[in-house]
Amino acid sequence: MLIEMQDIWKTYTDGTHALRGVSVRIDRNEFVYLVGPSGAGKSTFMKLIYREEVPTKGQISVNGFNIGKLKPRKIPYVRRNIGVIFQDFRLLPKLTVYENVAFAMEVIEAPRRLIKKRTMEVLDLVGLKHKHSSLPAQLSGGEQQRVAIARAIVNNPTVIVADEPTGNLDPETSWGIMNLLEEINFRGATIVMATHNKEIVNTMRKRVIAIENGNIARDEARGEYGYEA
Amino acid sequence: MKLSTLLRHLREGFKNIIRNGWMSFASISSIFFSLFLLGVFVLLALNIDSMASNIESQVQIRVYLQTDIDQQKANQIENQIRKLSDVSKVEFVSKEEGLELLRKNLGKDGDALLDGYDKDSNPLPDSFTVEVFDPQNIGVTANQITALNNADETKPITSVKYGQGTVEKMFKITNAIRNIGLIVVIGLGVTAMFLISTTIKMTILARRREIGIMKLVGATNSFIRWPFFVEGALIGIVASGITTVVVLMAYSELVRLNEVELGLLMIKLIPVADLGWKIAALLIGLGTLIGVWGSTISVRKYLKV
Repeated sequence: MLIEMQDIWKTYTDGTHALRGVSVRIDRNEFVYLVGPSGAGKSTFMKLIYREEVPTKGQISVNGFNIGKLKPRKIPYVRRNIGVIFQDFRLLPKLTVYENVAFAMEVIEAPRRLIKKRTMEVLDLVGLKHKHSSLPAQLSGGEQQRVAIARAIVNNPTVIVADEPTGNLDPETSWGIMNLLEEINFRGATIVMATHNKEIVNTMRKRVIAIENGNIARDEARGEYGYEA
Repeated sequence: MKLSTLLRHLREGFKNIIRNGWMSFASISSIFFSLFLLGVFVLLALNIDSMASNIESQVQIRVYLQTDIDQQKANQIENQIRKLSDVSKVEFVSKEEGLELLRKNLGKDGDALLDGYDKDSNPLPDSFTVEVFDPQNIGVTANQITALNNADETKPITSVKYGQGTVEKMFKITNAIRNIGLIVVIGLGVTAMFLISTTIKMTILARRREIGIMKLVGATNSFIRWPFFVEGALIGIVASGITTVVVLMAYSELVRLNEVELGLLMIKLIPVADLGWKIAALLIGLGTLIGVWGSTISVRKYLKV
C-alpha cells in the first residue's frame, strides 16, 4: 500500500472543513484522477500527501511513513520520494533549466557526475535537452511545465502529485504533458492528479476519485469526469 | 556534511549574489553607509579620547619641602612617596634646578627679577615632581603625600599642589566628552543594525517563494540555510571591506593634511598605523556579523513552514 488515508478530517484555523472523514487507498503504480468543484478539498487532499498540511483527525501513511506524526526534521526525507507538480510550474526564476532540475538532486547530495548525467537524461525524456541553459522566462508554458516534471521525477520518486498540471496550458500542449505523465506512470511511478479537464479524464480512462464537500463522492476504477455539484 | 556539499553551498552563495544583483547592491550599499558613519564616529571618538588622555597625563603633583632640609631627609621622603600605590614617577628637583627652571620660564623679564639670587641666597625650596598612573585619582595621592607629614615631627613638607579644583573640573569635561562619544557610537551601531537587517529582510522576502520550492523538493533546513549564510557573510565582508578602505584612506589623508597645514591648531591626530588594524577589524568583523545575522534571522522566519 502506497498511500492510505483513514477517516481523515481537515479543519483550517478559520473554521473551514476541507475534508470530512476521507478514507482511501492508493496502490503502487496506480494513476488516479482527482476531480471535483473548486474548494471541494482536492488541494488539501494532495497537500496531505506531501505533508504541506497535517490532518486534524485521522491517519495517513505515505510510503510507510505516518505523515501526521512525522517529526519536522524528517519531512524533507519523505518529500524526496514524492514529486510535486503545480499549475503555475514553480520554477526558480533565476536558475537555468538545467540548474532547476539539478537542484532536486543537489538536495539529496548526489555526486556531481551523477547529477549531470541524470539531469540531462531526464531533460532528454521531457524533450528539453537542447534548452538546458535557458531561463524559465525564456520558455513557453508547456516547456516550463516539462521542466517542472523533469524536476519532479529526477530522483525517481514513488509518487507524483500533480495539482492541475494542464490548468494553464492550451489543449495541444496539455496532451503532450499527459503523454509524458503516462510514460512516467508506465515506468513505475504512482500518479495522483487533480484536474478540471473533462476531455483528458474521459479519453485516458483511469481511476477517478470525485471529491465533493470534503467527502469522496465517487471512486471508480475506469471512471469518467463529472460530479454532482 | 560532505565536502562536495560544502563546496556547492559556497558556489551557490556566491552565485546568488550575482543572480540577485540589485538586491545584493542594495544590501552592500546599506551596510557601507551605516558602517561608514560608524567608522567616522569611532575615529572621532578615539581621537577625542586620545586628546583627553593627553591633557590628563600632563597633570602632576608638586611637593615642596622646607628650605632648610638636608639631603638625607629629602631621600627619605622621596622613598616614602615612591611607595604609594598610584605613583608612577618621582623626580627630585633641587633648589638650584628649581631656580634654573624659574629663570628659563620667566625668560628675559626674569633676569632682572631674579638678579642677585644664586647658590647661597636661593630662596626656593627643594621639591619633587610626582606623576601618577591614574590622573583621575590624583587628589587621593596628593592627600596621601600630605599625610606623610603626620608621621614626622619636623613637618618637612610645606605644600602639595596639583591644580586642585581646576583639574577636577577638567576631568568632568573630558569624561563627559568620552561618554557622549560612546553613546553616539553605540546609537549609530544599533541604527546600522536596524537599517541593514531591514534591507536584508527585504531581499529575503523576495525569495520566500524560492525557499518554499526548495522545501518542496525535500531540501533540509540547513541545506537551505547554508547558501544564504555564505551569501550574507560575503555581502558583509565585501561591504565592510570597501568601507574600511574608504574610511582609512580618508583618515590618513586627514592626518597628512593636519601635519602639513593644520598643525598650528595643536591638534594631534592618532597616526593611521596605530589604529588602522583596529578599525579594519571592527568594521569587517561587524559587517560580516551583520551580514550573517541578517540573513540567518530572515531565513529562519520562512523556514517555519
